[in-house]
Amino acid sequence: MRIELQRRSEVSRLFSLVSPLLALVLTLFFGGIMFWTLGKNPFDALYSFFIEPLLEVWSLHELAIKAAPLILIGVGLSICYRSNNWNIGAEGQFTIGAITGSILPVLYPEWHSPMILPLMLVMGMIGGALYAGIPALLKTRFNTNEILTSLMLVYIAQLYLDWLVRGPWRDPQGYNFPQTKAFVPEAVLPEVLDSGRAHLAIVFAIVVAVAIWFMMRFMLKGFEVTVLGQSERAGRFAGFSARRMVWFSMLLSGALAGLAGISEVSGSIGHVQPSISPGYGFTAIIVAFLGRLNPLGIIASGFVLALTYLGGEAAQLSIGISDKVSRVFQGLLLFFVLSCDTLIHYRLRLVRHPAPGGAHA
Amino acid sequence: MTVSEGSAAIPLLSVRKLTKHFGSFAACSGIDLDIAPGEIHALLGENGAGKSTFVKMLFGILDPTEGDILWNGERVAIRSPGTARTLGIGMVFQHFSLFEALTVAENIALSLDPKIPLAKIAEEASTLSKAYGLPLDPKAHVADLSVGERQRIEIVRALLQNPKLIILDEPTSVLTPQEADKLFETLFQLRAEGRSVLYISHRLEEVQRICDGATVLRHGRVTGRCDPKRETAASLARMMVGSEVAAVSRDTSAALGDVRIEVAGLNADARTPFAISLRDINLKVRAGEVLAIAGVAGNGQGELFDALSGEYPVTSNEAISIRGRPVGRLGINARRLLGAGFVPEERHGHAAVSALPLSDNLLLARSRSDRKAFLGGGALGVIRHNAVRAATRRICEAMDVRKSGEDPVAGALSGGNLQKFIVGRELDRQPAVLVVNQPTWGVDAGAASRIRQALVDLARAGSAVVVISQDLDEIFEVATNIAVISEGRLSASYPAGEMSRERIGLLMGGVHDSTQPGAVHAH
Amino acid sequence: MLEAILLTVITAATPLVIAALGELVTERAGVLNLGVEGMMIMGAVMAFGATQVTGSPYVGILAGIAAGAVFSLLFGILTLTLVANQVATGLALTILGLGLSGQIGESFVGQPGIKLQPLPIPFLSDIPLLGPLLFRQDLIFYLSVVLVVGIHWFLFRSRTGLKVRAIGDNHASAHALGINVIRARYFAVMFGGACAGLAGAQLSLVYTPQWVENMTAGRGWIALALVVFASWRPLRVLAGGYLFGAVTIGQLHAQALGIGIPSQFLSALPYVATIVVLIIISHNRRTTLINTPASLGKPFVPER
Repeated sequence: MRIELQRRSEVSRLFSLVSPLLALVLTLFFGGIMFWTLGKNPFDALYSFFIEPLLEVWSLHELAIKAAPLILIGVGLSICYRSNNWNIGAEGQFTIGAITGSILPVLYPEWHSPMILPLMLVMGMIGGALYAGIPALLKTRFNTNEILTSLMLVYIAQLYLDWLVRGPWRDPQGYNFPQTKAFVPEAVLPEVLDSGRAHLAIVFAIVVAVAIWFMMRFMLKGFEVTVLGQSERAGRFAGFSARRMVWFSMLLSGALAGLAGISEVSGSIGHVQPSISPGYGFTAIIVAFLGRLNPLGIIASGFVLALTYLGGEAAQLSIGISDKVSRVFQGLLLFFVLSCDTLIHYRLRLVRHPAPGGAHA
Repeated sequence: MTVSEGSAAIPLLSVRKLTKHFGSFAACSGIDLDIAPGEIHALLGENGAGKSTFVKMLFGILDPTEGDILWNGERVAIRSPGTARTLGIGMVFQHFSLFEALTVAENIALSLDPKIPLAKIAEEASTLSKAYGLPLDPKAHVADLSVGERQRIEIVRALLQNPKLIILDEPTSVLTPQEADKLFETLFQLRAEGRSVLYISHRLEEVQRICDGATVLRHGRVTGRCDPKRETAASLARMMVGSEVAAVSRDTSAALGDVRIEVAGLNADARTPFAISLRDINLKVRAGEVLAIAGVAGNGQGELFDALSGEYPVTSNEAISIRGRPVGRLGINARRLLGAGFVPEERHGHAAVSALPLSDNLLLARSRSDRKAFLGGGALGVIRHNAVRAATRRICEAMDVRKSGEDPVAGALSGGNLQKFIVGRELDRQPAVLVVNQPTWGVDAGAASRIRQALVDLARAGSAVVVISQDLDEIFEVATNIAVISEGRLSASYPAGEMSRERIGLLMGGVHDSTQPGAVHAH
Repeated sequence: MLEAILLTVITAATPLVIAALGELVTERAGVLNLGVEGMMIMGAVMAFGATQVTGSPYVGILAGIAAGAVFSLLFGILTLTLVANQVATGLALTILGLGLSGQIGESFVGQPGIKLQPLPIPFLSDIPLLGPLLFRQDLIFYLSVVLVVGIHWFLFRSRTGLKVRAIGDNHASAHALGINVIRARYFAVMFGGACAGLAGAQLSLVYTPQWVENMTAGRGWIALALVVFASWRPLRVLAGGYLFGAVTIGQLHAQALGIGIPSQFLSALPYVATIVVLIIISHNRRTTLINTPASLGKPFVPER
């Protein structure tokens, strides 16, 4: 018996919607089994992992804080992946964006001006974009594989940040802690509501996602992204340039990752330290795929993945399992999303081999 | 089974009610066919009639849905090409099943018993290839070989297994007429040795010339069985197509206008290790003229199209001019704005994106040239989907594109209907210059006739048309002038009335190959 | 001193060589598995765990190999049977591997490990310099040498290896000739996984005999770059692996000497070197095109 795939003549609209949900259900199922093998009641565990964080106002704020960078980065990555540019170094672009965005508040800690925050955000975006420009340059100029270069640049960015906060940027009054001076209030991203910590980043994320959705749905630029991603040759026939698309998609996603980076540092942390991200740049890859590379879908999937972070923290406190479980959940989710996506393009059939008769090789 | 009773000679191969379904689509239904030992049997049918599906079942690549295959009167199940080879069936594929990165000997070794050492295979292959007049160097890499040489590898590979039946799928579509003649001699030699040949083709003359019996397929069913030598080309065509196909009508008396596209001293280096360099190409096409460029596949047709379309601009701006304007360094959209239209060879992934709807595929070719009609919102470039869909409807009506639904994805259309759309997409603009590469490759006869007529009509209405084609029938149907491309060089162009198949054949094979007897040197 | 440095270079290079060799076979069959990092870390954690439980690092080696192979099977099912995107699935494998290994290895953190002991080869190990370097090594090093030679022979001398190369060059043709493309690719993927697992076992049993979360530190990705660097040839993987080993060890020694360059910059050297090497090797488009297996990363759905 074997599984046989049969290509659908038209993409299944039903499964385009159902497949991410199916993936979620499968992830919960296998997650439950995992909790069970760890000796926990799977229902209690899943409850404290996925429901509890939604029941309190403060944790909803935390959810928005965690979803914002995931959505910002995920939307940028969706443009890369749709156009067949495999930027997997968003974590590095996030880090560099956080660094370049922090130059003003760290080096000019006495500067109190309403101008500082917009400047920080712009500098963060430029930093992230330039850092993503490195793999773009290497790909267009030297034909170098962007997957490997963008990933290598993540390690380099993290080491650079580590050096900065332990070296030149360290707060001299900071009791030798490897971190910078706290940002002045003017350099801190303001909160959205009075009820909690959630800051402007989530607003940026949703505005950006809607804008990119509009571009992909209604603008020639979006059409260009789709065509070049489907077939570079057809794109060339249309007069589109794959080379320019490398730059466009990489710079855009780098800028968004940079924006996420500086927003996180300015809004959530308030200073620069060696560790500024629980792997947002990598988790955003999952966000992009779970959202089916559609910016509106990515808003939803950003919140789902943010929940796995919060759930991990909550489950650690309430039922005493490691927060590493979140990473497992995230990995499982991406696996199931990718498998369920097969159903969009193919019909699956279980085929029994015809009874063996005659020669068989 | 009825085969064993009565008749003195049991057929080598009998096929009974062979059927293959892909989902709900019946590619072959209830096909019966017999091949006697020492017979060259033709399987005739147009593109999409089910010939390839049928032979893939004989060779064990596809599993039949229903029906029986009898080999020497015994029922067999051919589950893999290995089984087929063990029985004594050899196959020469239309789109070769070769590996470019491997040597000739390695390619052959892949279908033989793994115990035979490579050195022995190389030796046997070169002996055998000499015996059948198919010279081959076993150490050569396939990537460096011509299409004709590649076919030789396939034939030698099949012969090395000492087969009783050899299946050839459209073998002459990639050969010059002279190369085809040599192939026929090899086939006669095989017949003389008592081997059988199943010869798949849609070319009537060669079937009449070499085959002893024929089975005709249409839409997956047998529509006729005959001795092709007793039929006329017209009666065979009727069995194949089912109805009379409208002959392309044209009017050769029309006067030619000004030069619309001119190429002078065009050179372009090969972009990849597997591509052809273009060398000193010259051509001139006037309004009202159809210049057909003949040539065997892989002689630089794609590269010439790329240079003419501007998908890959060339280094010299003066080398190409459209309506008197030098355009060599301009891109495809700048050339479109000058009134040129282009139809590439590959439908899926070049002329069209399979996963996108027809309306998007219209925008693909015309987002720049029809910017005013299709885009709004200034710099934002917002697509006017309604206008694009209306134009899509207009084109589908004009070209009789049959489709299911209002705006299906390109991949859901049959080859012929998609090609009609792709050609119609350009005709809709009334282009001053149209460059088409292989306009009817893999297209059914009805669509092919319609497309050819459209090209002729376009020229008659005062446009210049360049048709690059491997199909000599097509060339004679549409051309006012004919040139031949070979190894990246283009011959001078001659009036169609002065050209014969033989002369084209010589130009195809020989222009720059001085070892060929009778080569024409046209420098 | 020289001997000690060369020994550490070999120890640093061995996991890179092994993981890259496995990936090389996978890619020669036309499959791009970007999950090397994930399979490697699974191999590392399972090898460490099995060694702690049984007390035998040899059981650990087997566990590492098995973990890598089983984990790669997940990749195989997704990309070969369900035709999921190979790039995305490889990333998924890495993300899942890093998460799962962290979860599994949580209780191992801080435990002292058991180091795999060298197996000196009689007589040969007494040769000055070469003896201690090449013949007083552990089993995994010997395996890496056998793998280099064996895979070279397999790919370029054996008929099965010819089939693998054929599948990587043109899977449609291979299918038409009756080669079972999917089955062969499953084997190639699992071989790649087993090698990555073995490489991971070397990390947690030889290189640093302990369990540290994320201890592969990008080595799986460097192995992927090595395959490109080696233009898909096993002997060049050996050369490239040792080059990277030398860079890694060189920067460690430089850090120890305290030559005034911040340690973070030195730590970044292997990653910078990877980028530089990729630039050098990729900039000639023609040679890259000739060397890359033509069907690498492309999905294949056989029709029956």
